[in-house]
Amino acid sequence: MACVRKAFGATQALRNVALSVAPGEAHALIGENGAGKSTLMKILSGAYQPDAGNITLDGQPFRPADPLHARECGIAMIYQELNLAPHLSVEENILLGEEPARFGWLDRAQRHNLARHALEQLQQAELPLAAPVNTLPIAQQQLVEIARALVREPKVLIMDEPTSSLTQLDTENLFRVIGRLCARGVSVIYISHFLEECQRVCQRYTVLRDGETVGSGDMAVVRVEDIIRLMVGRELKDIYPRTPHALGAPVLEVKELAGRTKPRRVNLQLRAGEIFGLAGLIGAGRTETARAVFGLDELAAGEVCVCGNIPAECVPPARHSPTAKEPSAIGDQPSQEGIFSSIATRSPADSLRAGLGLLSENRKEEGLMLNRSVADNLTPTRLGPFTRFGLLSSRRQHAAAREWMTRLDVRARGPEQPIGELSGGNQQKIALGRLLHHDARILLLDEPTRGIDVGSKAHIYRLIGELAAQGKAVLFISSYLPELLGVCDTIGVMCRGELVATRPAVEWSEHEIIAAAIGH
Amino acid sequence: MDTSTQRPLLVRLFASFGPALILAAVVLLFIGLLAWKDAAEQMQAAGLKGFSGFLQAVRESNYDGLKAFLSLATFKTVLTQTVVVALAALGMTMIIVSAGIDLSVGSVVALSTVAGALLIQKGVGLPGVLAACLAGGAFVGALNGALVAAFRLTPFIVTLGMLGAARGVAKWLAGNQTVNFKESNIGTLMTDPDPLGALPPPGVWVAVALAVVMAVVMRQTVFGRHIFAIGSNEATARLCGIRVRTTKLAIYALAGMLFGLAGVMLLSRLQQGDPTSAIGLELDVIAAVVIGGASLSGGTGSILGAMIGALTMAVLRTGSQYMDWPSYMQEIIIGGLIIAAVGLDKWRQSRAAT
Repeated sequence: MACVRKAFGATQALRNVALSVAPGEAHALIGENGAGKSTLMKILSGAYQPDAGNITLDGQPFRPADPLHARECGIAMIYQELNLAPHLSVEENILLGEEPARFGWLDRAQRHNLARHALEQLQQAELPLAAPVNTLPIAQQQLVEIARALVREPKVLIMDEPTSSLTQLDTENLFRVIGRLCARGVSVIYISHFLEECQRVCQRYTVLRDGETVGSGDMAVVRVEDIIRLMVGRELKDIYPRTPHALGAPVLEVKELAGRTKPRRVNLQLRAGEIFGLAGLIGAGRTETARAVFGLDELAAGEVCVCGNIPAECVPPARHSPTAKEPSAIGDQPSQEGIFSSIATRSPADSLRAGLGLLSENRKEEGLMLNRSVADNLTPTRLGPFTRFGLLSSRRQHAAAREWMTRLDVRARGPEQPIGELSGGNQQKIALGRLLHHDARILLLDEPTRGIDVGSKAHIYRLIGELAAQGKAVLFISSYLPELLGVCDTIGVMCRGELVATRPAVEWSEHEIIAAAIGH
Repeated sequence: MDTSTQRPLLVRLFASFGPALILAAVVLLFIGLLAWKDAAEQMQAAGLKGFSGFLQAVRESNYDGLKAFLSLATFKTVLTQTVVVALAALGMTMIIVSAGIDLSVGSVVALSTVAGALLIQKGVGLPGVLAACLAGGAFVGALNGALVAAFRLTPFIVTLGMLGAARGVAKWLAGNQTVNFKESNIGTLMTDPDPLGALPPPGVWVAVALAVVMAVVMRQTVFGRHIFAIGSNEATARLCGIRVRTTKLAIYALAGMLFGLAGVMLLSRLQQGDPTSAIGLELDVIAAVVIGGASLSGGTGSILGAMIGALTMAVLRTGSQYMDWPSYMQEIIIGGLIIAAVGLDKWRQSRAAT
């Protein structure tokens, strides 16, 4: 692939990418979140069309029209998330879309052989062909997925973060499988954040940064540190407005938090006026941490303590024994403010009443009611001010919405416009405005700047700074390191479900954060 | 940017007055058909032939059928026939707006007629019958709501089960036959108090009053906003601290109560408890709500629209009778109209999305 370009609207996702993979080679594709790896692979597998550039496959110009075409040409892709039909059997999943048939009748024996053959290549012949895949452990499901990719005898196999849901042992197994595939002449493009893995499996590497190829070479002669430098080495172009603010008393304490699967162990303390950045790779458990704190996901263990004036019904019953804690000595606030209480029933409603607010990373799926109006999306958590004798006044609701729209500089026809018609940046401002209207004291912001334009981003940074200056506490989850370093007071880094390091932002460098995030 | 000005006129018209346009189209269709039928009969009676003969028939016809269709009495009949579907549609609107569905309406209504009739047999007065039927309907609705909310079962399946179960209970209570009673004032609810004047029966007033109340509840109360929020995006509703399960339970229970009331109105009209009555009513009710502009995917819909939808169904039935169409014709037409209304809904959504 040479000089491949791809733009989405005004966003230049890929600017100048070159990648070459030899037959039988395992090639590591490395880059930060948003560097363009996924876009590049989607072009290669036919899901996207490039704007410019050449792709050659076996010396022939290659331009896949759609994923089916790419598959027929020998490109197979295994996505990070498993794509299996959970109720179908192993055999049916392996042959999905490739069913050998004669006049529409399935050929049983041939089916059996094909599936068996694919599994034998992985030395997994003992996998029961008839078992529904949802009865298998995750690692074996992944092998089924690989087997499915092998049925067509691919020339190039793309694996996107294949180990993110695997244990150490299963990872070792997978590496052996990759080794065997390469020995048979299959090229493997291996995408992973875990550089040690790349070093073990791959012979060569290519590093992407901001949609450009910034380096490539032999794995054997490069040090991990050099690769990290290539991944990060950008100049700090964005300007982050900093509103001066002082840190106050602790308002939120999270102790030994663990969820069903993620997070595994998180301890953190949030103080009034503090902007706490949470860094980590995708899948490290940052979103899950915020959801667990807010009460959207169940806790497996640990405690969430909110400090300050909590309504009596949110204070837990006696079974949560160590509820009232000694006031922390750090704060300069008087001690009557320093009483911690863990939230009892742990529902979003309780959290909202205790002054927490969550901005979902998933604006369209979870964050907004797309076919409802701007006003309805701004105000649902606090309709009280518009109610008299139990009746809502749309006029007052719209007046309040108009006020927020002015303050947040939202471009819309009016408060009654369906929010689905607005641009991403304006939608996000409304979603954030909901927390402001609720007057939340503790804001959990999950990727607040994802997928929005630069102007809106700057506005949101400024807003976060102002909130902190008002004494509000902000938990800022982001995969974009410059903004974390530019905006936050404190940064914690998560790796594989654990909060592994917390330091003041000034003591971090991008390099160090990435090293901590990949567990190096 | 003002996107509404870019949409074609028809789309904008339909988005604002869709249900009313459908009703107007149905009424106009019958006026035209009846006028044509009257003229055709006149033409046949006078032994006229050809185009000029037809024109002569159009001029000389008495238009008996059309006049009867457009009379005050017919208007009152249509309103009276709307009551049962309208009351049920009030509850169904809430459920559909919350992205749910309730298929058990017909069975709950039948159960309500049986229970009411049995109570009348035992000498219970009208207030007692009303209270019992409302409570019974609310109980069945709450059961639906509890299953939907607590166990996260699909409303379609839960209420499909309830469709069978409630019908079965009705037949069991009634001993598999109609429940008759001698004297009761239950009939006053749906009988015309003023056959020559303009005053419709009390049931119509009850339905109109409840429609106003429900419209206010849906639009002007926190509960109403929560119904729309849950239907529009349940994940967001949860994120915003709305107690989704409790709200759903309340929605289904309140709707069940309205279904129970619809049963009392049917009992008043039939003058007997019939466990096999109201079969297929759920389709009329859902059709009324959908014709009224609600989307089965939730988050949109209005009480006014549903009422117009219910009226449309009644006009269709009455008009078909005036045309002397057999009942299977009515069924085919209503079936077609449901599909057309849903199609229009999809078309409107796709136009609104772009």
